[in-house]
Amino acid sequence: MKIRSMLATAGLLLAALAAPALASESEVALKTAEWSFDGPFGTYDAAQIRRGFQVYKDVCAACHSLKYVSYRNLSGPQGPFHTPADPKLGEDAVKALIDGIEVPDLDDAGEPITRQARLSDPFRSPFANEKAARAANNGANPPDLSVMVKARAGGADYLYSILTGYEEAPGDVVMQPGMSYNRFFAGHQIGMPQPIVSDDQVTYTEPGAPKASVDQMARDVTAFLAWASEPHMEERKRMGLSVLLFLAFLAALLYLSYQRIWADVEH
Amino acid sequence: MAHSPSETVNRRDFIYIMSATVSAAGAAVAAWPLIDQMNPSAAAQALSSTEVDLSAIQPGQIVTVTWRKQPVFIRRRTEKEIAEAHEGDTASDLKDPQPDAQRVFKPEWLVLVGICTHLGCVPSSQVRGDYDGWFCPCHGSHYDTSGRIRKGPAPKNLAVPNYEFVSDTKIVIGEGKTPAETSKEHTA
Amino acid sequence: MSGGHSTYTPTNGFTKWLDSRLPLIRVMNDNVTNFPTPKNLNYWYTFGAILTFCLAVQLVTGIVLAMHYVASADKAFASIEYIMRDVNYGWLIRYVHMNGASMFFLAVYVHMFRGLYYGSYKAPREILWILGVIIYFLMMATAFLGYTLPWGQMSFWGATVITNFFSAFDQVIPGLGSGVLEWLRGDFAVDDAAVKRFFALHYLLPFVIAGVVFLHIWALHVPGNNNPTGIDVKGPQDTVPFHPYYTVKDGFATAIFMMLFAVFVFYAPNYLGHPDNYVEANPLVTPAHIVPEWYFLPFYAILRAVPDKLTGVLLMFGAIGVLFFVPWLDWSKVRSASYRPVFRQFFVLFVIACLALGWAGAQPAEGAALLIAQVGTFYYFIFFIFIMPVVGLWETPRKLPESIAKAVLAKNGHAAVQPAQ
Repeated sequence: MKIRSMLATAGLLLAALAAPALASESEVALKTAEWSFDGPFGTYDAAQIRRGFQVYKDVCAACHSLKYVSYRNLSGPQGPFHTPADPKLGEDAVKALIDGIEVPDLDDAGEPITRQARLSDPFRSPFANEKAARAANNGANPPDLSVMVKARAGGADYLYSILTGYEEAPGDVVMQPGMSYNRFFAGHQIGMPQPIVSDDQVTYTEPGAPKASVDQMARDVTAFLAWASEPHMEERKRMGLSVLLFLAFLAALLYLSYQRIWADVEH
Repeated sequence: MAHSPSETVNRRDFIYIMSATVSAAGAAVAAWPLIDQMNPSAAAQALSSTEVDLSAIQPGQIVTVTWRKQPVFIRRRTEKEIAEAHEGDTASDLKDPQPDAQRVFKPEWLVLVGICTHLGCVPSSQVRGDYDGWFCPCHGSHYDTSGRIRKGPAPKNLAVPNYEFVSDTKIVIGEGKTPAETSKEHTA
Repeated sequence: MSGGHSTYTPTNGFTKWLDSRLPLIRVMNDNVTNFPTPKNLNYWYTFGAILTFCLAVQLVTGIVLAMHYVASADKAFASIEYIMRDVNYGWLIRYVHMNGASMFFLAVYVHMFRGLYYGSYKAPREILWILGVIIYFLMMATAFLGYTLPWGQMSFWGATVITNFFSAFDQVIPGLGSGVLEWLRGDFAVDDAAVKRFFALHYLLPFVIAGVVFLHIWALHVPGNNNPTGIDVKGPQDTVPFHPYYTVKDGFATAIFMMLFAVFVFYAPNYLGHPDNYVEANPLVTPAHIVPEWYFLPFYAILRAVPDKLTGVLLMFGAIGVLFFVPWLDWSKVRSASYRPVFRQFFVLFVIACLALGWAGAQPAEGAALLIAQVGTFYYFIFFIFIMPVVGLWETPRKLPESIAKAVLAKNGHAAVQPAQ
């Protein structure tokens, strides 16, 4: 059983592994964008994620929760506002951005109140519960976005396609009441009205920010949600490189040992 | 064979020792995440400050609040209790001497981590012990009106957390410095 | 354990003292260090060590994850996100555990095909093979239970569909299936009661697997390893001590395997999973495609190959059950398929059939995929219950070498120069 047949078998097995991933392609080919976080060395573009956070806060947060992400994550070691030299600066920047966001709590008498959000709080959810969300949204429940990029086949490309895929419904399509036509959505009738409608809907304030075109805002908020889904990605890829280099070195040593140990045995 | 036998043996040994060492080092590094996962998570570390409104606390009253999932005593001391605390500064039975002035920002307000330094029980604020402070029911430690250990098995005074007055009637525990740190900065 | 005579002699006072009380070093010496192992084992034989590695990784990471996971329908999904975001290295430990399951199955499939090819199930290794099938079955149960725990959509609907297998028994005795179903779920639907018992069993079964693995290795060490020629060890000239010869070879193969493992963990951690499992379980909405994890796909294809519910379930369990009888289904006198030119062809077809079933299991059960699933299912069973016995009787095997040592010399082209030892 030589290396060649081992490789052939490995190839067959990998093909079998690839089958489930290929099985679930959507009917319309998604738009593809170049993401800074693509590929084995891709990293997040912190400025883009900061802009995306602004889009989320000003547009998406009206309906979509982000309940597994906390404000502290924005300024933490994996966050887009992180300032390694002095973490306090990043924390202050995030505190300024969330100033005015009120979250529910109980006062000392046990009465429900709202208070200023703190860094340790999870992102505020727009609705108290699912029933309230459905009541406010034509019966639909806007999904939580915390892991949305991992929760859809196509990932970031899918989100970007949906955000920019709104169109006038073709003449022969009968639209259900309250639905919008989206080229990339399964069945094309989506409960979410077009969220990013016009250029400069969000005002980018950071120096050097690109023009807030519809396309740019869709890309930015998608990048923000990609970060929210997988905040440890950069650490993961960095660690992966060290692990692979280490294993390659170890494998080389073990192979040399193997050859020497077996040198005097016919096998 | 071109090499002398000893040379071959040495080179071979070197490869074996390297392989074993590198494997062991890899295993040791791989163990770290498995150990570190038991340290407080990012979520636990983030819950670091507690805001307390002091306006409802009467002189002589002790309230217990929670900070980092631990009890914190806030005591509004009477004139008599403050005087007792100052007398204690020079007492001979202090195990862990520290003047009262280094344990408070304002004499009226004493803020302490409510955990006995012996084995971690919560001292009683009802049974106040021989020194009018706190008494730990587990093993009989007596603390004075400055939270200092005066009698019993506990080795250290009740700890003073870092906190700051954001207004005359409001403190935030977990922000700012401890009174001792502040007084050191002033003297320096 | 090996049954043979021991090669261990304690050298100092402590080891003598220990040896007469708990002969730990003797057992290690006789079963690991000096265990006589055929010298012609190829890389396919390294997968036993790789599987031991996989089991250890799953046990260690699993115990650690259990320190943070919350088994409750309300909190399971959130606790996974807590592990992924806030627990120190939680993302790493979970991704290792998640992909570790896939790596474990990848290795076990290679190990099983290797056993089938070289006839490692044939006398005197029947019990060894059966223990292996039991381990495989326990692995499937453990993996299924583990996949339900994150409480995503695939977890929930996988649990719903798999527990529903048992409702097929309503076709045998009305009420039997639904009774078993409610007993399994502890409720009328998969919910809190189910996730709690699934977690308890998911934690228990790996230790049962470890126990059966111990028996598996014990049963291996009584007759000793099979080898690529399939002929018995004739004497010391055919073997080498396990250490250092196979510790280093297994170590090298495991390091290569770990590299593949690391590529998935660090660069494609969710590639083998399904996006729907990042959507929290919703009992009111079924995902568009319910697909099991890749390692179950061939069996899923068999389940759906026939239109009848009970037959599908029975065929699927039968596909695993038939493996128990393999030692008595093969009537060939020769173990290794290397010396069986006809069986070898059928074996290759069998591997292709399994891969085709895996592919079909990922597709909607219609059209070409359904046809392939049906042909694959047919061949899967025919291979075991007809081809194995009949080809075994009918085929003329190639001439076997006299011994492992001679086979090795012949392969290396020394036969003519050094005829015998």
